[in-house]
Amino acid sequence: MTHAVALPQRHRERNYKNAGLGLVAWLVGILFFLPVAWMVLTSFHSESNAGTNPPKIGAPLTVDGYRDFFGAGGGPSPWPSLFNSLGASVGSTLIVLALAVPAAYALAIKPVRKWTDVLFFFLSTKMLPPVAGLLPIYLFAKNTDFLDNVWLLVILYTSMNLPIAVWMMRSFLAEVPPAIMEAAAIDGAGLLNILRKIIVPIAMPGIAATSLICFIFSWNEMLFARVLTGVVAQTAPVYLTGFVTSQGLFLAKVCAAATIISLPVLIAGFAAQDKLVQGLSLGAVK
Amino acid sequence: MTASALTTAPPRTAVRRPGISPRRAGWIRRAPLLPALIFLIIVTQLPFIATLVISFTRWNALDPRHRGWAGFANYKEVFTDQRLRESVLTTIILTVSVVLISLMIGLGIALLLNRSFFGRGIVRTLMIAPFLIVPVAAALLFKHGIYNPVYGLFNGALTGFWHTFGLGNNPPQPDILTVHPKIAVEAELIWQWTPFMMLILLAGLQSRDPEVMEAAHVDGAAPWQMFRYITLPHMRRYLELSALLGTIFIIANFDSVFTITSGGLGTANLPYTIYETFYASHDYGLASAQGVVVVVGSLIIATFALRVVSSLFTEEVGR
Repeated sequence: MTHAVALPQRHRERNYKNAGLGLVAWLVGILFFLPVAWMVLTSFHSESNAGTNPPKIGAPLTVDGYRDFFGAGGGPSPWPSLFNSLGASVGSTLIVLALAVPAAYALAIKPVRKWTDVLFFFLSTKMLPPVAGLLPIYLFAKNTDFLDNVWLLVILYTSMNLPIAVWMMRSFLAEVPPAIMEAAAIDGAGLLNILRKIIVPIAMPGIAATSLICFIFSWNEMLFARVLTGVVAQTAPVYLTGFVTSQGLFLAKVCAAATIISLPVLIAGFAAQDKLVQGLSLGAVK
Repeated sequence: MTASALTTAPPRTAVRRPGISPRRAGWIRRAPLLPALIFLIIVTQLPFIATLVISFTRWNALDPRHRGWAGFANYKEVFTDQRLRESVLTTIILTVSVVLISLMIGLGIALLLNRSFFGRGIVRTLMIAPFLIVPVAAALLFKHGIYNPVYGLFNGALTGFWHTFGLGNNPPQPDILTVHPKIAVEAELIWQWTPFMMLILLAGLQSRDPEVMEAAHVDGAAPWQMFRYITLPHMRRYLELSALLGTIFIIANFDSVFTITSGGLGTANLPYTIYETFYASHDYGLASAQGVVVVVGSLIIATFALRVVSSLFTEEVGR
């Protein structure tokens, strides 16, 4: 009898505890999101309302910050740098895919000898800090007239993302059922046909996630872009570091700029949310 | 290495066409791999070899006539120069504190997100957002929008709090960037990297065997016992993996230091110092020696990281 009374009570206690922990999770989530919300809100405030203490949260909204960022207030337009970033990111992502898909095929579907060693070699290149290779790359670019050229960034970003892409693609391709490919091979389909007609369609979601992650890393990159580009090939992050030199109020403009430049990454990141872990952990975690 | 033990794992489809020698078949098999492999060797390995060579030379671009062999002089300078020793120490402090703190917060949040509650998907999405802000943009946001002593959100919130609760007209207005520059950089990095840790740890939590958890529960294990004896041992490798990957990324961090403090006030870490030696002082030999030191440090950590990845990988392939 006592047992029957005790159980619902314990159940209720656990419910309270669950709701409480849920509330804590919400609070932590909001706390972490706060700077992002603050950035977006401030970007829609006028300069005079943006830099106030205490902050004016309910100030009227305006797109002046954005207008300013895109050149209404004078100063260099951000468009060339945005297009350079887009070119470098998309270009390198395409080359990464062209190199990584066949490589992953040779590592997952028809594994070469010592394929795990090759896989770990790819990964080990990702463990070295990029800054250590910066000087020789700079000297090479200077001597071959490749400085301030988007193609140089395309090549560097390709090498930066290739290991991640190979690891991710390998784990996606490992899920393609071997029976289908054997059947195609017996029917006389060549490697290119097998890749194009069987593997790519099956692995499409994986390819999409891989490209989004490569895109994010290339878009974010700043060190190489800063040292190796100047006026012509400047990318968006470099533009961003350069434009906060002006005097006067600029917080709304900075927030607008940060929002615009982060927008592609936010979109790509949320689109790849489910596969994000796999990409970030270099394919080690599913 | 444990990895090589796996080489024979997947069965080979031995449909060899007649008339092709085994050697040629091997190359056909290897062909799709070669472009990526060769590309990566050229673009990532050659520069490091060049760095190694340059590190033994005396080469300042502002003084090209005195270029020559330097032996270990650059390395001696790396380890004896006060400023450089400080930047080694800063790198270690920065990396260790950011990794440990974001790892602990990340584990806490992953545990919270691993239970079901109303709006869990939304909270997860909110949590990921900091990681999806371009690092330079995030650093700028923290420098101007949050840390600025006059109009930053931090001091603004303090003022608002003081006014709302009638605590007087003199709220504390710390200048975090000047007084605690290291903490300012660390806090920004922790904010950006906690989601990364959280995502990997959450994936780890979700890969626990539900049957084991159920059995422990039925056997009357207390929640903390389950955490201590089932969750923690299972999570060990995920904790190691996220810590090591975080370490590798944060050791190489340049964007935050460059943007928030421009390496001033004792926040210059090695990547920033290398950048400065090369970009501002044009001392190519010294910059290369510094680069080699960072590489060696990273390689030590990378060895451990690769071992962890390898053990997770063995489990996956063996499954």
